Amino acid sequence: MNKKNKKLALTGGAAAAEALKQIDLDVMPIYPITPQTTIIETYAGFEANGEVETEMIKVESEHSAMSAAIGASSAGARTATATSSQGLALMHEVLYIASGFRLPIMMLVSARALASPINIHGDHSDVMGCRDSGWIQLFCENGQEVYDKTIIGMKLAEKVKLPIMVIMDGFNTSHSVENLEILETKVVQEFVGEFEAVSPLLDTENPVTYGAVALQNSYFEFRIDQEEAMKNAEEEYEKIAKDFEKISGRKYDIFEEYRIEDSASSADRAEKIMVLTGSAAGTAKVVVDKLREVGEKVGILKIGLFRPFPHKKIAESLKNAKEIIVLDRAQSIGTFPPFYSEITKSLYEAKEIKNIKSYVYGLGGRDIFQKQIEDVFADKIEGGYIK
Amino acid sequence: MNKELTKYYAPGHSACAGCGFPAIVRTVLGELKNDVVIANATGCLEVTSTLYPYSAWKAPYIHNAFENAAATISGVERAYEALKKKGKLPNRNGILRQAQDDSQKRIKFVAFGGDGGTYDIGLQSLSGALERGHNFLYVCYDNGGYMNTGNQRSSATPYGAFTETTPTGKESFGKIETRKNLMEIVNAHRIQYLAQANVAYLADLKKKAKKALETDGPSFLLVFSPCTNNWKFPTSQYVNVGKLATETNFWPLYEIENGEHKLNFEPKKITPVTEFLKTQGRFKHLFKEENKPHLEEIQKLVNEEFARIANLCEE
Repeated sequence: MNKKNKKLALTGGAAAAEALKQIDLDVMPIYPITPQTTIIETYAGFEANGEVETEMIKVESEHSAMSAAIGASSAGARTATATSSQGLALMHEVLYIASGFRLPIMMLVSARALASPINIHGDHSDVMGCRDSGWIQLFCENGQEVYDKTIIGMKLAEKVKLPIMVIMDGFNTSHSVENLEILETKVVQEFVGEFEAVSPLLDTENPVTYGAVALQNSYFEFRIDQEEAMKNAEEEYEKIAKDFEKISGRKYDIFEEYRIEDSASSADRAEKIMVLTGSAAGTAKVVVDKLREVGEKVGILKIGLFRPFPHKKIAESLKNAKEIIVLDRAQSIGTFPPFYSEITKSLYEAKEIKNIKSYVYGLGGRDIFQKQIEDVFADKIEGGYIK
Repeated sequence: MNKELTKYYAPGHSACAGCGFPAIVRTVLGELKNDVVIANATGCLEVTSTLYPYSAWKAPYIHNAFENAAATISGVERAYEALKKKGKLPNRNGILRQAQDDSQKRIKFVAFGGDGGTYDIGLQSLSGALERGHNFLYVCYDNGGYMNTGNQRSSATPYGAFTETTPTGKESFGKIETRKNLMEIVNAHRIQYLAQANVAYLADLKKKAKKALETDGPSFLLVFSPCTNNWKFPTSQYVNVGKLATETNFWPLYEIENGEHKLNFEPKKITPVTEFLKTQGRFKHLFKEENKPHLEEIQKLVNEEFARIANLCEE
């Protein structure tokens, strides 16, 4: 790799802030909530030291943070914010407005459990609660991915004109210090490019109306357009991630296949594939390595891009498995957990009927250990919860 | 229609005949010296001016949601500062990010909201934006209720008024609570300029809009806006209803400039508040014999509030 790239020991939150600094944000409305504060505090430090020219708006709620982000992005500014849990839930109303306006707002989410009971620790309940909000959702396993996917994500959002959530696990990733490779700022800026808004409010010579009323004769079409834009994001993500690999040497496919094809020989192909995302994927990889050592044919499919969901590609990746094990860090109370639903739908659409097991783990920050993952592979856990 | 008056807000919107806010919008925006970006809370003004594919707005306009006009304009205003600083404002020809000298391009930011979007659901957002000191004017057109959804009570609805959520009945004479004092709340933010105005006094509103727009930082106008539909008076009467509100001291005209209170209108003779109330169907029930004490209560409330304001103005 480029020798000019420096190594820094950063938390996941600080890694996100570092990427945002290099991207050259124009506006960043912020409101504190654990475990997201590592991001905004780091950025406020950059502001205090004159390292960024960003206008930070220190608002009085997450609802106002997203509302101000919508104002800033509509005005023509490259805009980002960050949140977690209750904060994301409070934004829910305006998330749909951001995506309906087709604004490329970047939001770092340090994913956390939802009340009640109140709990400040990591799980994916908050981001799953807005999976239909029209935002691109991109999961990260660790701090390096957070840094890299913030850069990829900004470019993707601006390309397809949709807002994006780059998601890290609260505490597990947002507060864990890792050694990261940081690109040169000018490389990042060249990669992301200048933001050119389509119809900015600040172009007063060409006035536009944002937020019109659309009734029965037009609302439907706006929604179809959003769906098309979202579908398009899958292909654009692949292109942008490929370009990113050129500047960084780090490869981020739509999802990561870990030891599914373990050699050139199909005899080594994984028979059991575990599907999961976030920091737990790191633990699962260690387990898979161990099991592979003793000859077990196991592998991992780590979800990266969750919205749009790459149904076809995932079905293709899973089609040779004999058993699929889906781990969700969220419930969908009253029905099947989110990843499980997506995986079964993907396979059904591809006419692949598989033996699929569903487990929920890690709610409210509950740790998941190697032994438990081994037990899941060995089919020793009953009841669907890895507690 | 007068070209200057319709420079930013075109005719052809679908507001009711006899509605107060079109004149408020035009009078306020008529005092602009710079370019403008407008934010608007959900409400009558928004739905009657932006029915896709049409828009009555000839200036850049953003409607985000109900409670966040002030937060939204905060974002627009900071975007302006950020892009100006970086030399990236859209230039006069609309070519983005190539402006040679955009330091001269001055934009003022104006938000409009009804009383529901301001006194109630948008109060937090307004308070935050005032505290942060953004360079914007917030105009609340106050028609005393949720008129866009068919006349429900807000915290701006006057004592005794009939609304669909404070209906009159065997046990009810209408709204039992008095109005929230929004001027006091806004004044607590110690902004440089705020004023209470009335659409029936356009010359006064014009002066106030000029001062508010010239303020460097947040400014606020609370403008009385009679609602023909839900206050229940003939469309031809909105100016008269507005005038009576001020002549009876129900809606005093005053301003607070750098902390100094100033009364802008003092009636030569005091007209009883019943003269104002009797023009509207929403107060009709108060004129029944059994509700006489409520009429007396309203007169008392009006006298006390006017005395309080007058006292502040004399200090």
